[in-house]
Amino acid sequence: MNTSLDLVLQHPGIWRGDRLAQMGGDTLPTGFAELDEQLPGGGWPRGALTEILLEREGIGELRLLLPALARVSTTSEWQAWVSPPHVPYAPALSVAGVNLKQLLVVQPRSSADAWWTAEQALRSGACRAVLAWLDMPDEKRMRRLQLGAESGRAWGVLFRSASAAQQRSTAALRLRLDATANGLAVHILKRRGGYVGKPVMVNLHQTKGIRRACSAAPSLSVVQSLREASHR
Amino acid sequence: MFWLAIHFPSLPLEIFSRGSAEPEPIAVVEKQGNRSRVQACNEAASACGLRIGMPASAAQALAANLIVRMRDIEAELESLAGLAAWAGQFTPAVSLQPPDGLLMEIGSCLRLHRGLNNLKRKISSGLNEMGYTFTHACAPTPYAAWLMAVAGKEVAIRETAQLEKVLGDLPVRLLDQSQDILASLEMVGAHSLGDCLRLPRAGMAKRFGQSLLDELDRALGRLPEARIWFVPPPSFERRLEFPSQVHEAEALLFASRRLLMELEGYLNLLQAGVQEFELVCCHEHAADTVLKVGFAEPADALEHMLLLLRETLARTRLLAPVYAIVLRASRLQAMELSNLDLFHDSAATGDGNLLLERLRIRLGNEAVFSIAPASDHRPELAWRQCETTKETSSPSKLQRPLWLLPKPMPCRKDSLALKSGPERIESGWWDGKDVERDYYVAQGRNGSRLWVFRERSSGAWFVHGLFA
Repeated sequence: MNTSLDLVLQHPGIWRGDRLAQMGGDTLPTGFAELDEQLPGGGWPRGALTEILLEREGIGELRLLLPALARVSTTSEWQAWVSPPHVPYAPALSVAGVNLKQLLVVQPRSSADAWWTAEQALRSGACRAVLAWLDMPDEKRMRRLQLGAESGRAWGVLFRSASAAQQRSTAALRLRLDATANGLAVHILKRRGGYVGKPVMVNLHQTKGIRRACSAAPSLSVVQSLREASHR
Repeated sequence: MFWLAIHFPSLPLEIFSRGSAEPEPIAVVEKQGNRSRVQACNEAASACGLRIGMPASAAQALAANLIVRMRDIEAELESLAGLAAWAGQFTPAVSLQPPDGLLMEIGSCLRLHRGLNNLKRKISSGLNEMGYTFTHACAPTPYAAWLMAVAGKEVAIRETAQLEKVLGDLPVRLLDQSQDILASLEMVGAHSLGDCLRLPRAGMAKRFGQSLLDELDRALGRLPEARIWFVPPPSFERRLEFPSQVHEAEALLFASRRLLMELEGYLNLLQAGVQEFELVCCHEHAADTVLKVGFAEPADALEHMLLLLRETLARTRLLAPVYAIVLRASRLQAMELSNLDLFHDSAATGDGNLLLERLRIRLGNEAVFSIAPASDHRPELAWRQCETTKETSSPSKLQRPLWLLPKPMPCRKDSLALKSGPERIESGWWDGKDVERDYYVAQGRNGSRLWVFRERSSGAWFVHGLFA
């Protein structure tokens, strides 16, 4: 009885809901095996948007992307960073293996210009990866970015606040990052090919472990104050 | 040798009318004696009843909205030189036939253009797009080709032996002889070139002068003809006047496209590109507006130049209507010729440059940049912003954050758990921006990793970066 069922299940046209869909293989390996396993196609999707939602910045969101960005650097394709919130620090990026010759930083003055820039960069076909920090998203703008990424075959990464998790999004992949003792807990909120229950633990300091912070709880988080300062 | 002659019968008119897409009635007048007479007019004007040779005052009475321009022979010659430079993209051997023609030796480049028909198609579509009407003819001698083009006989003669038969039908008034000689030729009954050729040579030389005989011999290839080749100018500058003042960007673009086509041909001839070009919009009662369009790498393609000009125009406010534009490109750069790629696997960096240019036009040069490490121990000076990163210095393997705060931010020591450090940085006493700091990697609340320092003079703590 089971053998006949197995035969049916082996048919390539049949996809079981509990398995990850095998998407078109155009992906960029993340560099973290445990994360690759959970992503359709085994990496960051090309020709689509990836949303990264965070509560606080500085928990390792860029380090999560660095292996892929370094991989982009090995080709002659560009990457663009659109309105980064701080100075992308050249010495650190260079050490991480990002080729700065192919890194374009764009700092538009207005929010509308930033959205336009991100769309142009995605659409141009010249940028393999586009990282964007944009505010005031709406459905139309997101849709335009998604279409831009599709036509330019680019990997678009949007950084947004964790509060956006409840909003609808056209992004193909949505991740929420939480800091853990030695890395990140990556909650896959949305992916093509099914829901994931458990967060993926990514160890960002594979070389040396970091002990958990054991200091007394401070009155005010430093990053909180940073955030306020930057909004001022 | 195989020659293509192009005759521009309406050049005096077209230098004024081709700036606009809509045909407005326009007439070119010329002073004859003390009266101005209509020398040429377009279809819209003839529809109002204008005729060649009519006094200018009568013409204006016939059509109220008629645009009247004095004939400008100098501008015609400039246009002809512009056309010669444009034609240089097809063959390097171009010769002017003033006042209204070009002669091109095409025998040596037919193979490159895959045949005469292909070449003719390219030339006609280009001339049409630039707003010129023309007639053309091909022959083994330049003068025969020219005579046929002027007569409107659009044929291609390959053999010298056939010339006599074909030229025989052309009227004698096409010849470059004085009115007296042409009149006396008519009087002896020689109405066509064929009639002239049947006259006895010796007698003809005596009656009409050797020059007539020489002219016929040159046409038939019996006498060699030395032509002066056109030499392209070292820089490009072309002016285009509008029939009537222009208010809209679309109309400006239409005319600019015509000039940019000439620029493209000129650049192809020189195998050069432009890093920047200027479009000057001339206003009647205001200072000229100068639009500068820059490229990331030397450009020579029409569509590329037009696209960036369109973006630039969209960002520009013209203060007054424009009556003429001048396109100027002075700094030419040799183009690196690239070999065609057999496997088409080269990355699309061309698109990248286009992206860069479009971003720069809309956002300004300072908003688009690259970053590079700099050799300084002070963290805020260890990077710099640059237009394009050329050299790569090898930075040290010290632990550095991915985000640097532009300005260090004061913080409280008790909110931090120091993880590693200190790394002492003391530098810069010589330029007034000296630092004396001990840097630590710290863990903030909520798991963020920070790069903090203690200023040694004051003992105060600051956050300087995020290990994002």
